[in-house]
Amino acid sequence: MAPAIELRHVTKRFLTPSGTAYTALRELDFAVQDGEFCAVVGPTGCGKSTTLALISGLEPPSEGDVLVGGAPVRSVNRDVGYVFQVDAVFPWKSVLDNVATGPRFRGIERRQAEDRARDWIKRVGLSGFERYYPHQLSGGMRKRAALAQTLINEPRILLMDEPFSALDVQTRTLMENELLQLWSATRASVVFVTHDLEEAIALADRVVVITAGPGTVKGVYRVDLPRPRNVAEIRFQPEFSRIYQEIWNDLRDEVLVSYERSKRSVS
Amino acid sequence: MAFAVVVLGLWQTGTTIDATHKDGLFIDPFFYGRPSGIASQLWTWIQNGTAQGPLWLQVATTLEEAFLGFLIGVVLGVVFGVALGRVRLLSDVFAPYIKALNAMPRVVLGSIFIITIGYGIWSKVALAVVLVFFVVFFNAFQGVREVDRVLIANARILGASERQLSTHVILPSALSWILASLHTSFGFALVGAVVGEYLGAIHGIGLIIATAQATFNPNGVFAAMFILAVVALTAEVALTWLENRLIKWRPNTLEVPRI
Repeated sequence: MAPAIELRHVTKRFLTPSGTAYTALRELDFAVQDGEFCAVVGPTGCGKSTTLALISGLEPPSEGDVLVGGAPVRSVNRDVGYVFQVDAVFPWKSVLDNVATGPRFRGIERRQAEDRARDWIKRVGLSGFERYYPHQLSGGMRKRAALAQTLINEPRILLMDEPFSALDVQTRTLMENELLQLWSATRASVVFVTHDLEEAIALADRVVVITAGPGTVKGVYRVDLPRPRNVAEIRFQPEFSRIYQEIWNDLRDEVLVSYERSKRSVS
Repeated sequence: MAFAVVVLGLWQTGTTIDATHKDGLFIDPFFYGRPSGIASQLWTWIQNGTAQGPLWLQVATTLEEAFLGFLIGVVLGVVFGVALGRVRLLSDVFAPYIKALNAMPRVVLGSIFIITIGYGIWSKVALAVVLVFFVVFFNAFQGVREVDRVLIANARILGASERQLSTHVILPSALSWILASLHTSFGFALVGAVVGEYLGAIHGIGLIIATAQATFNPNGVFAAMFILAVVALTAEVALTWLENRLIKWRPNTLEVPRI
């Protein structure tokens, strides 16, 4: 069976405003199996978000192939859900309308779409806030709305771009646990981008380390921690720290490279 | 309120102090009119009508021209602004023309409209449309260009077609820009109507002003200005109400004094 997601020798170049080409990803190779939770870690600016844009079909690769379900990605794929790093819920729609957006776009009749939306709002713990507008909610609640908005389409592929990075630590741990719960019910294939190694290990089956830009795969690590997991407590297991140390040895060099570069570009 | 009373009071007393008195500060009512004269002029118009017919007819004519011009101008401005903002090819082709037209003082078009369309209301409507169009157009265009890229990406992922992208994301997002432009553009619609009447008309407040000017009647000019101010303020209140209705999703942190 073909992997759910496969990237083969993918290179992505962007044109900078000054007219030169900037290579974000170089010869990137990795695959995500069906139903697997895969975390991608790497230093800032290593092309993690670009990877998600390629898988989702929002951006085409410059070279190489991106395959979802064995077929090359040509445009935005209906089976893909994408949770963005910044707020992406529509500020002019209420929570209910926001969550119902996906089904409405996909041609489902309003009443039915709203019924499904109510159900998802309940699942992410936002019951009672259906009529609120995003600006009336806290950051964590907006993230829940975004999660419901994405999951209501029941994506086979779930892409998450540092979704919890803007949240405070407590809210974050809560959300991570809830994400794992929701995911275990859907069993979608997940690519979860983060710069936080602890978060990556706590959530994922596999961690892919990307080098400082241009990004390419530095190492792939299996996380054999039992599920269901409690994100708040899993960090204390000896196995967790062993994996953490192993991956960190790899990641540290890349972080240092990226740090040195940013220092140079500032001075 | 107190400010208005003080200004009007000074104006009134300034015009009643004997003009031949050397030391006194004075305002010559022959040139500047006086509040009591303006009030009585208004009263005369209300009771006996103006030289062009009853007052309400003049106000209604100007209002009709301004409203029609405003409506047509706004619709055209939004349609063109969104179209050119969305489609790169269209903006590449038409942007230079629109910029050139915008650089021209468009009031001179009034004369052309009077010649081609005639003395009726439509020449004034046309002038108002031209004035309103550009204000709304540039705001709608900019509003479309400023739409958050992430929101567009999100809508695409959620399955939006191009049309749904326009109605669910781009228009609502550009709406705050467009609505902001309506305040300015209703003013422009009035300018178009009044200037058009100035240039040649059968009825309208602009014609009253032109007539008052020709007969050296400053009270008449001020009285007509007062009517225009009332009309403009009423429209402003209505627009603010509409704005609050349409973008009730926006946080109320923008509680800044607005003019």
